[in-house]
This record gives sequence, C-alpha cells and structure tokens, in this order.
Amino acid sequence: MNDRRTLARRGPLAGRAESAPPLDVDALVRDPATRIVVCCGSGGVGKTTTSAALALRAAEHGRKVVVLTIDPARRLAQSMGIEALDNTPRPVPGAEATNGGSLDAMMLDMKRTFDEVVESQASPEKAAQILANPFYQALSSSFAGTQEYMAMEKLGQLHQDAVRTGRWDLIVVDTPPSRSALDFLDAPERLSSFLDGRFIRMLLAPARGPARFMTAGLGVVTNALTKVLGTQVLRDMQTFVAAFDTLFGGFRQRAQKTYELLQATGTSFLVVAAPEPDAVREAAYFVERLEEERMPLAGLVVNRVSQLPPGGLSAEEAVAAADRLGRTGDSDTAGLTAGLLRLHAERARIVARETRVGRRFTAAHPHVPTVVLPALPTDVHDLDGLRLVGKLLGGVPGNAAAS
Amino acid sequence: MAPPTAEHAIDWDEIRLHVVTGKGGTGKTTLAAALALAIASAGKSVLLCEVEGRQGIARLFDVPPLPYEERRIASGPNDGGDLYALAIEPEAALLEYLAMYYHLGRAGKALDKFGVIDFATTIAPGVRDVLLTGKVYEAVHRNRRSRNARQYDAVVLDAPPTGRITQFLNVNSELSGLAKVGPIRSQADTVMTLLRSPRTAVHLVTVLEEMPVQETADGIDGLHRANLPVGAVMVNLVHSNELDDAARTQAISGRLPEEQIRADLAAAGLDPDPALVDGLCTEAREHAQRRALEDEERRHIEKLDVPVLDLPRLPEGVDLGGLYELAAELCEQGVR
Repeated sequence: MNDRRTLARRGPLAGRAESAPPLDVDALVRDPATRIVVCCGSGGVGKTTTSAALALRAAEHGRKVVVLTIDPARRLAQSMGIEALDNTPRPVPGAEATNGGSLDAMMLDMKRTFDEVVESQASPEKAAQILANPFYQALSSSFAGTQEYMAMEKLGQLHQDAVRTGRWDLIVVDTPPSRSALDFLDAPERLSSFLDGRFIRMLLAPARGPARFMTAGLGVVTNALTKVLGTQVLRDMQTFVAAFDTLFGGFRQRAQKTYELLQATGTSFLVVAAPEPDAVREAAYFVERLEEERMPLAGLVVNRVSQLPPGGLSAEEAVAAADRLGRTGDSDTAGLTAGLLRLHAERARIVARETRVGRRFTAAHPHVPTVVLPALPTDVHDLDGLRLVGKLLGGVPGNAAAS
Repeated sequence: MAPPTAEHAIDWDEIRLHVVTGKGGTGKTTLAAALALAIASAGKSVLLCEVEGRQGIARLFDVPPLPYEERRIASGPNDGGDLYALAIEPEAALLEYLAMYYHLGRAGKALDKFGVIDFATTIAPGVRDVLLTGKVYEAVHRNRRSRNARQYDAVVLDAPPTGRITQFLNVNSELSGLAKVGPIRSQADTVMTLLRSPRTAVHLVTVLEEMPVQETADGIDGLHRANLPVGAVMVNLVHSNELDDAARTQAISGRLPEEQIRADLAAAGLDPDPALVDGLCTEAREHAQRRALEDEERRHIEKLDVPVLDLPRLPEGVDLGGLYELAAELCEQGVR
C-alpha cells in the first residue's frame, strides 16, 4: 500500500528479554495531570473493555471521567446505558462514585460527527447541499479512515467541552478496530492531504474561471474519466468538490489541532494487545510509531494471558502420565484424571507459546512498562466485570481481584 | 468432529468462488488459507486472493510479500493440486482495467499523475470495491479462450471483515446512487450475477464468544437480505473435549473426586502433591466455565441454520505446520 509508511524498527538495538518494568495504571489515572488516555491496538484484543474498565477505575479514584467507545459489545453497552448511538455522553448507571468521581459514557456515531463538522463550518444552505451529495455520503460513511478521523474529532470536541464546562477532568478514548493500528494516526493527514490533492484542485478549475488550466494533459484525463465513469458521476463529483472547497482549510486546521492535542502533556497512550503474534506485531509498530511522533506512551496492556496454577508439572510429564493411565489405569476415574492431565498439558503449551510471543516484544522494547491481565474464564459484560478488569489493570493479583 | 449434516451439505464441486469473512481477530485470513489448501489438496488448482493490502498470505506461508501478480505458493505431490496467491491492489487493478477495456495506455499514466487513481480508489464510492470484486470475477471467469491466463477450479477470497462484507459484495446497489449508466455500472452488474449465483458461497469465520457470534448472525442477516449466498459458519479456536459433560459439571461445582484423582496420579507415577491436584481442579473449573459459555454461543450458531465447520484451537498456535493441520481438519469435514 502506498499510503502506508514503511517503518524502520525503532528501539534499543540490542537487548535481552528480561521482564519489562510494571505499568502502574492506578498511578496514571490518579495523577490529575493525566487528562486524556487513548487506548489503541489491533482489532479483537479487548480495547473497548480495557477503556471502559480503566474509565470506571479512574472514576472510583475520584476522577470525573467520560469514556468514548467505538463499537462495544451489545451487553456491555447495555450495562453502561449507551445502547443508542447518539453521540451524547450519559452517566453510567451504577457507577456513581462516592468520592467526587463520576463516569459518563458515549458511543461514537461516525456519520453524525462528520455531519456536525460540516454544519459547523458551512452556511446552512451549503451544508444541506453537501450532506445530500452522494460523494459526501460515501466519504462520511465508508472512506477508509473516516471512523478513525471522527474518533479524533470527537476527542477534540470532548476536550473543548471539558475545558469549558469542567464537567470532566479525564477523557478515555477507545480507537476503532482498524486494519492496522497505525491507520488512526494517519487518518487526519490522509483525509486532509486527499482533500488538498491535485485532482481535487483540477476538478475545481472549471468552476474557478478561465480555462487556462485546460492543458493537454487535463483534456486526456477528463476524457478518460468521462469514458469510464460517465458524465453523471463526473458532474456529481464536481458539485461535491465545489461545495466542499470552502471547508478544506478548516479540515486541515482541525487535523493539525487534533495532532497537537495527541502530543500535548496530559495525553497518554496505552497500547493494548493480546498474546498473539499479529496483535503483538501491531503493538510493536504502534509503540515505535508513537516514539517517532513524540507522542507520550504510558505502556502496554496485554490482555487474556493464559496462566498456570502452581504445581510445576510440565506438558510432557502430563501427557506421559495421561498415556500411562490410559494404558494401565484400572480405577473408575482413570479417564477423568487422564483428561485433567491432557487439559493441563494443553494449557502449559499455550502458556509456553504466549511467553515466546511476549518475549519477542520485550527484547525489542525492554523499556515499555507493561501490565499483564490473566485470561478470565467468563466474559465481561457488566460493571462488576469491568471493576474486576480495573483491579487487574491496577496491578491487583488475579486471586485477590476476584474476591 | 462431525461432518455437516446432510440437509446442510455444501456442494463443494459447484462452488467456484469462496468468500471468507469474519470479525477482526477471529482468524479470517488463516482459515481462508486453510480452506484454499484443503480444496487444492483434492487435486484442484486454487487461487487465494487478499484485498486489504495487509500481506497476510505472505506472512502465513512465510514467503516474501506478494506482488500484484499470481504466484504459486504451494503444490501437492504428483500434480496433486496447486495453490496460487494474489494480493489485489485497487490502484493496479484500476490501471489494468483501463488498459484492458479502454486501451488507455497514456491516459492511464496521466490519471495516475493527477492523483485520479488515488481519488477513484479511495473515495469515489464503491469504485474500490468494484475493482477488487471485478478482479476476482475475472479470475473466476477465465476460460480456454482467455489468452495467457491460468484457469482455476476455485478462487478463495480473504474478504473484508463481517461488518463490511455485504456492502463490499453488494457493489451493485452501492453504485446505484452514482453510476446509473455507463461502463462501471455494467461491469458491476456482471459481477453481481456471479456473486448472487450458486457458484459463490460466503463463509463466516467466528469464535465462540458473544460479540463475534452476534456479528456473524448480523452478517448472515445482511447477506440474506442482499440475496448473497451464505456458505458455512467456520468456528475457529474450538476447545478440546478432554472432559465429558459430567466431569465439567463436577468441576464447576467443585465436586471433582479429589481423593481418587490423587490415587490415579500416584498410579501414573506422579507425586500427588495437594498443590498439583488443586491446580488440576482449578484448570478444570476454568475450562468448564469457558466451555459453558461456548456451548451457549454454539446454540446461537445452531439456530442460524447454516452448515458449521469446526476448527480446533492449536495449542502451539498457527505456523505453517498448523495451517496444514487445519486444512486436513477441513478435508475430514467434507471440504474438497
């Protein structure tokens, strides 16, 4: 893909996979200087749950928190009172903290957010014209990167509201499940450079006056476009670009502001991963990219890590013993015990694989503070579940957190 | 694992295009590759395509990044099937399309220079998807008359995720608001005919968790409404069946016969340390809890009334060897 920057690896060039420093999430959210936490990572690693749990934990530590979620699981959304996709932060029922903290939650409506940007930037007639154009509708609902861009736009709006009204002192943002975690950092730049592109300016040329732009090259291009797309599409396109013209500058400015907000003191990034090679690779890219952009990385959250209870039996020993029981065991429970041993062997192999995956990251990035969350036997879809995840994020050991 | 039941059978010989979708993180690319291998292992010539510019296929097969060109990446012994791979890039597909249908050699380059290619493939609504599906269509539809072109018995497409699959395949209606007439429109219509025919099947990859299963149900709903043919639900990362129902019930309620287990462990030559017995029972309880949730999700999947293919969780993860194991698993469940 030509829109994806090639990244050189970044980080110390030699290192051993010793254990990473612990990530103290509680200290992060308790620190009043922390104003924005952005949770990022590839799809399916538990970003939304992590964001929600972190927000709840912060509220219970006395912060006034709003959490912006992108696409929460239905039951989790229900339990947080944000079933409706309406861009409005609402208090989460049952999360009333006693020490002055509060928790509001909202779900991002990507198209609505884009519409609002247009409405705030253009005159009512012009806005209506843009909103009705089929090209705008496609741009606002399916352009790769629009969701990422709008998440950042919404973050900017929430931040302004927070500064103006004092309703919140901490914003937690979940990021969209991008193809690549990097998409969301690139989205503002991509969108604005696209809207500033040469082709767009070319489409505007006829509307802007004399045909002096009509060079031979342009003639070929217009002919080709008409041939492929038909005149109707070309006309729609020109209408859209002409109507949007006045907004371009505004978009560029907003993108720049968003970028500055992400670099500002008070913003922290949490990279979320699961112990799978793809997720860890994305996490590594992300960590390196944040460093390159001078964006403040708080640390890495590794979700769903398998753990072995004490007992010290290796996978090989367990399998051998299970086989022996299968051959010679004559008790009623031999089958059951063999099953338990095989289950243990499987778990031990998973733990070994996950450890290998984790070690690759740690060797390349030994300085990144990390917190590891054990895989939970049940799903998280209520506030109690979020509280449990919050305790684990805060470094409370698994067995103590569960009680 | 049981093969799909008769009334749910998929006609593997009829289908020429397998579209594999799934929620992010469920193993969509892995299972698309395993499916392509399974079909190729029946002696067929198969093309595996990706369209998201991630180079996921190259990574899985441990080969250098794929160019926009069909490359053989695996072949069976004694002419026993071939697997080719192609990473479709919309930009290259558009230039190819312009050259092929409009003989736009010089203009094609001019378009690129002016950023039109970029424009068309990133924003012009649906054009990107028309190009991607158009290229897939071309690969499915080759015949003996096509010059210098390789023919395939089946094409497997590692498609965009479930949330976007209907929109992606339904290029026709996506375009209706824009290109009402014209060449792009007639191309879209031809592609739709293939996608809606029994020669196509859309398979949905899921794992037994709430959100992916919900998304699968929504995805099937959307496909039905768009008259797109649903193939199988491919359930990935299925836990092993080491404990039977009775044992799992005992494990959840903490009533496993610890004394007897201790005796069995001793009989098997292990030190029946209380910590060991305790650990095994804890693992059994967590496993049983997870399985209970999975059983609930499986009941949801059964209600969807589509064929189901089960793929086991490989404790070692999916490397090239694991990929072949998954392919063998699919063959045993009737894929060919």
